[in-house]
Amino acid sequence: MTETPPPGFRRRDLLSLIGVAAGSGAMYQAMTSLGFAHSSDYGGPIKLEGDPNGASVLVLGAGLAGMTAAIELRQAGYRVRVLEYNSRAGGRNWSLRGGDSFIELGGATQTCAFDKGLYLNPGPWRIPYHHNAILDYCKRFGVALEPFTQLNHNAFIHASDAFGGKPQRIRSVKADFQGQVAELLAKTTAKGRLDETVTVEDQEILLEAMRDWGALDKDYTYGAGLVSAESRGYAKDPGGGVGAAPTPGAPIALSDLLRSGVWRALGNFAGYEFQTTLMQPVGGMGMIGQAFATRVADIITYNAKVTRIQQSETAVTVAWEDAAHPGAVQTESADWCVCTIPLSILSQIPIDVGPKMQAAIAAVPYAASVKIGLQFKRRFWEEDEAIYGGISYTDLPIQTIGYPQSGFHGEKGVLLGAYMFGPNAFEFTAMSPEERIRRALDYGGRIHPQYAAEFQNGIAVAWHRVPFTLGCAGDWTDETRAAHYDDLCQIDGRVVLAGEHASYLPAWQEGAVLSALDAITRLHRRVIAT
Amino acid sequence: MKRVVALAALAAALANSARADSATSQDLSKGYAKFSEQGGQALYANVCQACHMADGKGAAGAGRYPSLVADPKLEVSGYAVALVVNGQGAMPPVGRMMDDAQVAAVVNYVRTHFGNRFTDAVTKDDVKAARP
Repeated sequence: MTETPPPGFRRRDLLSLIGVAAGSGAMYQAMTSLGFAHSSDYGGPIKLEGDPNGASVLVLGAGLAGMTAAIELRQAGYRVRVLEYNSRAGGRNWSLRGGDSFIELGGATQTCAFDKGLYLNPGPWRIPYHHNAILDYCKRFGVALEPFTQLNHNAFIHASDAFGGKPQRIRSVKADFQGQVAELLAKTTAKGRLDETVTVEDQEILLEAMRDWGALDKDYTYGAGLVSAESRGYAKDPGGGVGAAPTPGAPIALSDLLRSGVWRALGNFAGYEFQTTLMQPVGGMGMIGQAFATRVADIITYNAKVTRIQQSETAVTVAWEDAAHPGAVQTESADWCVCTIPLSILSQIPIDVGPKMQAAIAAVPYAASVKIGLQFKRRFWEEDEAIYGGISYTDLPIQTIGYPQSGFHGEKGVLLGAYMFGPNAFEFTAMSPEERIRRALDYGGRIHPQYAAEFQNGIAVAWHRVPFTLGCAGDWTDETRAAHYDDLCQIDGRVVLAGEHASYLPAWQEGAVLSALDAITRLHRRVIAT
Repeated sequence: MKRVVALAALAAALANSARADSATSQDLSKGYAKFSEQGGQALYANVCQACHMADGKGAAGAGRYPSLVADPKLEVSGYAVALVVNGQGAMPPVGRMMDDAQVAAVVNYVRTHFGNRFTDAVTKDDVKAARP
């Protein structure tokens, strides 16, 4: 990075630069406060003040939303019970480990054969630094976190119909794309094409910026050489002693970058939710659900399949049956109900709420998504490719290969061998688990040929076949949000809904927790007022 | 405007070349927007089967996927088309990732299989009219 004014940078330019900076002071302040306003609306640990006078709450669902509500309401003095469909707490906060069994809809049973310490997170797998609520609960509940590398410059971007099918290093794609765009802009500037829109002074700064940002040489050109190599890497890395001089490699031509579509993958690192720093719990995302569960284990009834939600002027009554032994209907009553059942399921359960909330519950389809974990007997991605953590992206149906974010130089490892949305997610869901794994090996083997020799076992989770969600997450559109979101979030009599589906952070755990905190804050206000 | 047309032509050319290649290198859909399968049987086996299962009987967990077997609701062809195009409840509007001919093909397939014998086939135009 340039720290002193480069040669040719005149004092007048510096003064104008300072002038610009002074004039933008107010804007900077505005942007900073805007930034804070957007970094989730978590206001610190919830304070539910006032005595609920022994009021009772029935929480439906022991995922993160339900357990957040249960923990905090009990803390505030409520009598709380929780009904959960699964035989474990956590919901989509879930890690599959060796010995775990999973039966999907349709009956296919998989038993995870991973070695001790290895896992797959079928659901959420990363936490952005600004998801303040879930991070605060991790801190308060002693869940150890470690870095989750979203952008590993040495991982791959792979376009199956380009570069002879050879995957490209992210650092080369990024540097070559950025460098050649910078060169184009520099040339355009030098030809005077920007004269009408950019002042002469700013053009000089822009040229310097493009040289710096794009790794251009002294002639504002991006090409093979030691300047670009500092960004894109070398054909032969610098070393020590005799013959240690580095050799730069040749950039990928702009036209090849554009036509291959590899630039699309760069978007996976740009969004707010994917910017450094991201984190994951040590030992699997399920560690969060386990930490929550220890605080409410005594009030959860497992294997409880809710079949009816009724309410009157004075109480909520929920009918349920044993998921393992259906038939005998049992009931549970309380003064209030926090329902976190996914809308995919709630839309099929008779529930006494008004027509607006009914319409909202029925308005949200659930997205298709598939994740596949593959155990290999050798960490070839580290040993052969120097890929330590991070993610490779491909236009093959598997879409994603995620590398273990810790345990480097260990013996074995589990790759996230596929993580897909869209048409491919439906296609993979329609396959048997064995076929999904076979396909993941076939496609992934085109990026890592070591797959065939090193594979040991795998497990595949297709979210539309998951019995407790029937889909990955609520798939809102701008139109359905405008028409239904507010109706979904209202307190209807004695019932309030919570979960990622009742948030503006769909599919994120932060959305589930924030939605629960907001729901119980409003519920508590109503209880105290009555 | 001319540039937009040129880019559209380029995109179409790229899409065509990608399709030609993909026919040999893979049999699943390419990209995030559209299903590539053609014909009712292939569409059912790669899309609908994800939830309604290979035998059309659906499945039940905390909620359920309805059975399509001998389903009297399918008698009204417009109902089936509307479901595929618009979705319903948790069911995604998968028809938005299909063209009109694909939607017609898969609706006709379901209405003539799994114990359903509704022979009044729907057409591309029926689907087009049902799109929002």
